Amino acid sequence: MSAVMITRKVRKWEKLPGKNTFCCDGRVMMARQKGIFYLTLFLIVGTCSLFFAFECPYLAVHLSPAIPVFAVLLFLFVMAMLLRTSFSDPGVLPRALPEEANFIEMEIEAANGNVPSGQRPPPRIRNVQINNQIVKLKYCYTCKIFRPPRASHCSICDNCVDRFDHHCPWVGNCVGKRNYRYFYLFTLTLSLLTIYIFAFDIVHVVMRSVDQGFLNTLKETPGTYPFRSEYILCVCAPCFKDIRNHEDKTSHYCCG
Amino acid sequence: MAETHSLQDMRQQAAVAAKVFIQRDYTNGTMCQFQTKFPSELETKIDKQQFEETIRTLNNLYAEAEKLGSQSFIEGCLACLTAYTVFLCMETHYEKVLKKIAKYIQEQNDKIYAPRGLLLTDPIERGLRVIEITIYEDRSFTR
Repeated sequence: MSAVMITRKVRKWEKLPGKNTFCCDGRVMMARQKGIFYLTLFLIVGTCSLFFAFECPYLAVHLSPAIPVFAVLLFLFVMAMLLRTSFSDPGVLPRALPEEANFIEMEIEAANGNVPSGQRPPPRIRNVQINNQIVKLKYCYTCKIFRPPRASHCSICDNCVDRFDHHCPWVGNCVGKRNYRYFYLFTLTLSLLTIYIFAFDIVHVVMRSVDQGFLNTLKETPGTYPFRSEYILCVCAPCFKDIRNHEDKTSHYCCG
Repeated sequence: MAETHSLQDMRQQAAVAAKVFIQRDYTNGTMCQFQTKFPSELETKIDKQQFEETIRTLNNLYAEAEKLGSQSFIEGCLACLTAYTVFLCMETHYEKVLKKIAKYIQEQNDKIYAPRGLLLTDPIERGLRVIEITIYEDRSFTR
């Protein structure tokens, strides 16, 4: 009777050659450097907890309980979007297996012909017609594929990502096709949350000042300074700059 | 007693003779479509009509997956409002059609391609860049 060997199946994420880290049995996929992501978490959670601890009781009593409720919902939405952006696959393109890589090499050599020694070979480009426009597809030397339109190679994660926007250190992951919507919603709702907290900070300070005078207000409520929501803005601003910069690149194909 | 050989048996026993790669067809935009041109390596292996039928069906399935109809719109709005937590309980329309495509490829492999010593690989395994068709060495399976 032959012995049955049960071999553990190797998962795809365990074989992925890029510089990603995985958790929770492959459900979480992030870049290697996560320091700035932890800072983002700390800033958002920290400022919101100060808001909930110091301002919300006063505002709930003197204005309306709906204010902290809406703030909590917005905060939960922001956290959900942040975690979804950070932990999901941005749209990594699998590298070419050896047979496909060889096939592409042969195709390139056939297209380029014989290059005399000493001369640099022409760049590896494949011309493709998309809706009557010629688009040049570039060859990725690491992944050994011709990148589809709007794909790009992230040098930090060492992967080709489909519809690559940028690698966001605040989020600890690349932003590409599969997590763009979460990233966009994250920056949008984070801005809303920042403006909301800032506005109610001011309302709180004004209301207290009317009762007690401005200096007394500052003495009594150390966590009230509206400027702490500026810390969250530090996160928003670079991310918005990234989206704005890439609007040109990610919208249309230009020929030439 | 007739012997039936499963796909796994064939893959373990047979050696790979060659691989053919069907590239993406970008003439109508960046939608996921594959070229229906019949590759010369498969001329002796499979009927041109059958091959084109397979590729055409796959193209239609991918077009269905990416279609923006009222269903996908409602699904998107609901997902956005619930912070995408609704996808813990249900699948997206795209995922449902991808499963349909996987089933179709499996079925085509079992019925048409495996008996001819060919194997279609699901393009999602290659990042929707190519359809990889593996040509196995011609060995007689019947005794």
